[in-house]
Amino acid sequence: MYNETVMEHFTNPRNVGEIEDADGVGEVGSPQCGDIMKIFLRIEDNIIKDIKFKTFGCASAIASSSIMTEMVKGKTIEEALSLTNRDVVDALGGLPAPKVHCSVLAEEAIRAAIEDYRKKSEGTRNSG
Amino acid sequence: MTKRRVYVDNAATTPVHPQVMKEMLPYFTQYYGNPSSIHSFGRQAKHAMDKARERVAAALGAATDEVFFTGSGTEADNWAVKGVAFANKGRGNHIITTKIEHHALLHTCQYLEKHGFEVTYLDVDEYGRISLKQLNEAIKDSTILISIMFANNEIGTIQPVGEIARIAKEKGIYFHTDAVQAMGNVKIDVKEIGVDLLSISAHKIMGPKGIGVLYIRKGIRIDNLVHGGAQERRRRSGTENVAAVVGMGKAAQLAAENLEQHTKRMTSLRDRLIDGIIERIPHVKLNGHPTERLANNVNFSFEFVEGEALLLSLDMAGIAASSGSACTSGSLDPSHVLLAIGLSHETAHGSLRMTLGEANTEEDIDYILEQLPPIANRLRELSPLFKQCEGGKVSV
Ligand SMILES: Cc1ncc(COP(=O)(O)O)c(C=O)c1O
Ligand SMILES: [Zn+2]
Repeated sequence: MYNETVMEHFTNPRNVGEIEDADGVGEVGSPQCGDIMKIFLRIEDNIIKDIKFKTFGCASAIASSSIMTEMVKGKTIEEALSLTNRDVVDALGGLPAPKVHCSVLAEEAIRAAIEDYRKKSEGTRNSG
Repeated sequence: MTKRRVYVDNAATTPVHPQVMKEMLPYFTQYYGNPSSIHSFGRQAKHAMDKARERVAAALGAATDEVFFTGSGTEADNWAVKGVAFANKGRGNHIITTKIEHHALLHTCQYLEKHGFEVTYLDVDEYGRISLKQLNEAIKDSTILISIMFANNEIGTIQPVGEIARIAKEKGIYFHTDAVQAMGNVKIDVKEIGVDLLSISAHKIMGPKGIGVLYIRKGIRIDNLVHGGAQERRRRSGTENVAAVVGMGKAAQLAAENLEQHTKRMTSLRDRLIDGIIERIPHVKLNGHPTERLANNVNFSFEFVEGEALLLSLDMAGIAASSGSACTSGSLDPSHVLLAIGLSHETAHGSLRMTLGEANTEEDIDYILEQLPPIANRLRELSPLFKQCEGGKVSV
């Protein structure tokens, strides 16, 4: 059902965990199937220095989270924002059609985390 | 070393029993006649059909002319419900069923709703049992059929079919039960229960796939579903799949003969698995009834993890199970049965069904109990819903 890349990321997911006092946190859920993805970012000079994830979901959701973290780590915020669900699915070498919706969370989660980072940094600027 | 393989998905299907296989084989190449033909080839095939019918009748406590072979359990369900609905629409248009039926029944009822029938879908309690009081209250003058499954395929809950039959009889309403999962796991005697129509399927009882039976009590008004030639005493057309019919006959015979010994062994393995999981893994919930459940059914929700991820991880360890998770359904919805017993979407998402069979041993159960905890643990560590506290204690 899943290809080797997906299974590899499912069995050995990269960047699992949480970041304490993260600069940005994004949590999104699929109202359709119930999968939930949470992303933690450490950002320095507009660069994603570190990223961690936790996912409650199927193999498709877990593998998508894992490969997404690899794809955006070390990238600028703008580069990360340009990432699409299509890029994630392509990097995984494809997903079975009914499982694509579970991978959409990866794109949504990174966007949510960056939005949170921007809100937080605006907050510090205003108060500072 | 070859990896251990443990098949615990017997509610999905079972292997064909060697004795069943042995009896079927000659009907492909040796006795291949059409049972409707009058020559010796046809008569041999006809004779095999008669014998199979006798065996099924004996296994169900029915008369031979009340047994009709169908192309599947699904077809038997379709026939029972549509056949009774269309033949009795002069008397009324109301059907009562439950929210936890197999799709073979639910989708048939939904189809009938589009054709002028009214359907009441009874709720079930947290264990998956219907309320007889609610059943009584749902009955109206226009009710022509009650169809309530004998035992549920996901959570294994057994319904009080004898009492349902009594209520139906009192009110002069036909009662059909889908006994596809009950067969081989529960004693079935159609006369003792007092049921009017009952469906079974061979591949759940170590018979071949693509063959079922509808028991139709003598005198029931029912239309045909499959129109054509005059097979099955003009009730169900199509040249008979003789080898499969022979397989159904043998499988039904074995299921009835071995019932006591089989259920005793399954119950002991089931309870070993249930107790073992509860002992080893925190935050689990047994779905279904604690006692009124099929001898071979184990269904748990593992909080904070998703079922497909569990299934795949178990599969990598050689263990074949199933889940009611939305991610395995293809339809994006978690199992309607788990929602009907009141589980939240999240809890339904983490469901795992293991259904035992003849081939399973205590070693299989112990292997599952050894493999499952680290798998659940790994997925929980990935889950944002789950937090491991310092003391090793688990909190949410
Ligand atoms: C309760 C129930 N009814 C009906 C069916 C359908 O039987 P078949 O696979 O023979 O069409 C099944 C099998 O999945 C079942 O579990
Ligand atoms: Zn999913």
